[in-house]
Amino acid sequence: MTGPVTIRIQEDDFDIAREIAGLTKGRTDVGAVVSFSGICRGDEDSAKISALTLEHYPGMAEEEIRRHVDEAVSRWPLNGVTVIHRVGRITPGENIVLVVTASQHRQAAFEAAEFLMDYLKTSAPFWKKEESAGGTGWVEAHARDDEAAARWTKS
Amino acid sequence: MKVKYFAWVRERIGKAEETIEPPAGVRTVEELIAWLSGRSEAYAYAFEKPKVIRAAIDHAHVRPDAAIAGAREIAFFPPMTGG
Repeated sequence: MTGPVTIRIQEDDFDIAREIAGLTKGRTDVGAVVSFSGICRGDEDSAKISALTLEHYPGMAEEEIRRHVDEAVSRWPLNGVTVIHRVGRITPGENIVLVVTASQHRQAAFEAAEFLMDYLKTSAPFWKKEESAGGTGWVEAHARDDEAAARWTKS
Repeated sequence: MKVKYFAWVRERIGKAEETIEPPAGVRTVEELIAWLSGRSEAYAYAFEKPKVIRAAIDHAHVRPDAAIAGAREIAFFPPMTGG
């Protein structure tokens, strides 16, 4: 791949436009950029949520994301990838995660972004704890996320 | 070896990490879970559903039958919910 790979885990918010510009500015080989941002919802199964707290496994989280970025780069013709995952306390409406993929054509950028998000949800070591009027509780993993990740497995 | 715990596994055990020396008969991740479970009620509670627990050796996901010999750091945690 000819292009930058950026992986960051941080408490601070990120600027989506700035991150996209970081992959495209001053270049003429990028024809398509896809960005996905995950945002904290204010309700989950009709229960109101006041905040999420994101915990992660420092060291492994970065390495696990890197392994999947490397796989994405080997499967699609990409010109750059940025993955940012926030940790700490996040309130509804705030950003949680950002995936940006750059390629010459849109299909590779779309597919690689979806692949990375599906694996971020099921194999990157992050855990969400919800705060609501009823107290706090750890978010349970969804089978639908495992199914989404499984469709990328090569048969 | 160093052991790390995350999310509700960490909360139930009451610590984020520790150094352990399991006996030589403890060879795999699932045997280590069984051995840790016998240490106290807190560990037994954390590992009460061993099939739910995920493990990593030296920052890579492993299955319950993975050998722990030579591991520097083993981590136990619930299924991941990031993204």
